[in-house]
Amino acid sequence: MKTKKTREREHDMRKYLISTVAASVLALVLGMTSVRAEDAVDPNAKQGGAITITYKDDVATLDPAIGYDWQNWSMIKSLFDGLMDYEPGTTNLRPDLAESYEIAPDGKTFTFKLRHGVKFHNGREMTADDVKYSLDRVTNPKTQSPGAGFFGSIKGYDDVAAGKAESLAGITVVDPYTIKFELTRPDATFLHVMAINFSHVVPKEEVEKYGTDFGKHPVGTGAFKLAEWTLGQRVVFERNPDYWHKGLPHLDKITFEIGQEPIVALLRLQKGEIDVPGDGIPPAKFQEVMADPEQKARVVEGGQLHTGYITMNTTMAPFDNVKVRQAVNMAINKDRIVQLINNRAVPANQPLPPSMPGYDKEFKGYPYDVAKAKALLAEAGHPGGFDTQLFAMNTDPNPRIAQAIQQDLAAVGIKASIQSLAQANVIAAGGDKAGAPMIWSGGMAWIADFPDPSNFYGPILGCAGAVPGGWNWSWYCNKELDTKAAEADSIVDPAKAGERAKMWSEIYGKIMEDAPWAPVFNEQRFTMKSARMGGADNLYVDPVHIPINYDNVYVTDVQ
Amino acid sequence: MIAYLGRRVVQSVLILLGVSLITFALLYLLPADPVRQIAGHSATPETVENIRRQLGLDQPFVVQYWHYLTSLLSGDLGRSYIQRSEVTELIVSRLPASLLLMVGAIACEVVIGLTMGLIAAVKRGTATDQSLMVASFVGVSAPQFVVGLLLLYVFAVRLGWFPIGGYGTWRHLVLPSLTMGILGAGWYARMMRSSMIDVLRQDYVRTARAKGLARSAIIFRHALPNAILPVIAMIGIDIGIFMGGIVVVESVFGWPGIGQLAWQAIQRIDIPIIMGVTLVSAFAIVLGNLLADTVAPFIDPRIKLR
Repeated sequence: MKTKKTREREHDMRKYLISTVAASVLALVLGMTSVRAEDAVDPNAKQGGAITITYKDDVATLDPAIGYDWQNWSMIKSLFDGLMDYEPGTTNLRPDLAESYEIAPDGKTFTFKLRHGVKFHNGREMTADDVKYSLDRVTNPKTQSPGAGFFGSIKGYDDVAAGKAESLAGITVVDPYTIKFELTRPDATFLHVMAINFSHVVPKEEVEKYGTDFGKHPVGTGAFKLAEWTLGQRVVFERNPDYWHKGLPHLDKITFEIGQEPIVALLRLQKGEIDVPGDGIPPAKFQEVMADPEQKARVVEGGQLHTGYITMNTTMAPFDNVKVRQAVNMAINKDRIVQLINNRAVPANQPLPPSMPGYDKEFKGYPYDVAKAKALLAEAGHPGGFDTQLFAMNTDPNPRIAQAIQQDLAAVGIKASIQSLAQANVIAAGGDKAGAPMIWSGGMAWIADFPDPSNFYGPILGCAGAVPGGWNWSWYCNKELDTKAAEADSIVDPAKAGERAKMWSEIYGKIMEDAPWAPVFNEQRFTMKSARMGGADNLYVDPVHIPINYDNVYVTDVQ
Repeated sequence: MIAYLGRRVVQSVLILLGVSLITFALLYLLPADPVRQIAGHSATPETVENIRRQLGLDQPFVVQYWHYLTSLLSGDLGRSYIQRSEVTELIVSRLPASLLLMVGAIACEVVIGLTMGLIAAVKRGTATDQSLMVASFVGVSAPQFVVGLLLLYVFAVRLGWFPIGGYGTWRHLVLPSLTMGILGAGWYARMMRSSMIDVLRQDYVRTARAKGLARSAIIFRHALPNAILPVIAMIGIDIGIFMGGIVVVESVFGWPGIGQLAWQAIQRIDIPIIMGVTLVSAFAIVLGNLLADTVAPFIDPRIKLR
């Protein structure tokens, strides 16, 4: 909602320009290394060549407004561009289709200057009208975009979402190369939202030409063009020779072979038939691969924006008692669980994963202390423990992890029976207030949509998510923290990013005092590649381009 | 004959209707919410409800089923929730691969199965017979997932004779056909053996033997044609077993058929695809049975249609 006061302030606001230099300062403030965006092309990179990548599941759609899968997420990033993006292999924001941007001091108006001469794959130049069209489209209920909610802070969103308007009132095309966004509240995550796939720019004429089949005939501004799509078999990308980012992409062609079981993909990689198994190393083969020096050398390990946790339903006895929840936190032997999954993770003590801004390195969390856990249970009036249920997904390794948790709980007197169910059933139980006392989140755990601490709060720990069908399976709702979260997210000024991250650290610290979760581990990513693949390691565990950054990798065996 | 066919066609239509109702009801009763699957974890409740409304999933069961049935009658299997394509298009694009695999699998099981059964029958009671029957038992009971991976490992990875999964040339077809065929071959071997033993006991075979005909002439010219007929008639019924097998085998070998489509759709609760593949499979099974029963009297005059 836009107040009169806001409108007055908009007129006399002092705008300031965020240049690449300022962005680097921001990155330094956040304690990250920074590369100058424009020159981020690897000087050793070789031009040309083709690679093959495999996936188990079919590619559903390549429409950026709709695609939300493991396999199509990064493909869409290579076909389309947004106003913002991240430096390759990092979580550092930088302008992409935008050349620069300005944020009004009240944090409610964002103005982007667009790059000149950016062309869609059909040859037409991309302008501010396309940006506006794309966002009107993604928020239109008829598009059925799973990401529509990300744009909730743009003025006029509610009317479009309700079908009362066709166009977002808060977006103004100032001139073909300038676009202005007015928000209903200051939103520190807005630049991330402008980098997410759902905000990527599509050409109106192509969308109208193909209608609902646009996802099968994607036309964007990205580094690659779709060359072939044989349903259920393969998707082929070829280099976009007119890509605005000079020197990219390095590869001439990428072939995605669909329908390959991970174990078969690994065999083919060992034979040199493929370059990257998109679904990773199958767990059953992990130790074998890591024990072989030749194969291990081609594995890249990295963090990911993921936390695996146990939720405790704070509205159900005895988990309505904070001491019981703290006792559970102390009862879990996280190191043992990490060993159980062949050390493919690191133990966690807080909701945020280590690679996320706002992660508190100093935070110690709850130690593994059986005696103390028993004492807490006794204090809570359960000296002999109690009976409860632990829900978990029924695919490996989750039942094994649930059993380890069950044993740990038994050691302090809590007798948990395991409900091992299909993913959808566990999700349904979690979204039902009386559904599940405890859930092991494995296989369904939260993976952030963008690298910002707020992304781990709202839907999974905030009051907004504690609704039937929501993802806040602890049903934890702390109004005070909700207010604090809103406050943190209104700090839009990039110079205060450090302050904002600190506020988020405090919020998560408070959450851990209330202990609605027992964080267990942060999964690591292990990407395997063929010997001919080149480029920095972080391109293969890119936190945003999952699983790998197609635009920046290259092959070493081309002339 | 015509009355029989008419009755069978009506029965088949009723069976298909029943299959559609049961599948639809089961999918409706799933505790999982397909809309949540479509919307992903970041969707707001409004987005979820909006998608539910547009897909008509907020309607009562009877209304949903009626809509499905009426569009089905006009040949429309609906639109996939996740893939966002016409289900008919998805199935049609994958049908040739499954049919090819079916031909390959049937060829494998018939050739292997009949040969094994024939030898076992002729060598009845010997060690050869027993070991063949043990082998057929293993073939019938070995999980196809294991057989498939084993064949892949030995013939593709170790020996390099065939490609490691995929689709395109005849070389790609061999291992998946063999995996499917080993299961069927076990059944055919057992059937062939008992059918052959029956025939070899017949008086005319004894007469032929008494005439001093060569053993090979008796087996191949006199006994085999009669023994093989009831076995061949089983191929139509075999389609049911085949439809179950392709889900596993196509996934192991990355074979782009409707089995793989079904498997992926089940994992993502893509109801229109699950419905579509189920109905197409049911149709194939019903058709196979109908054909088998209709053709049987032509092959074996002892059978009469009534």
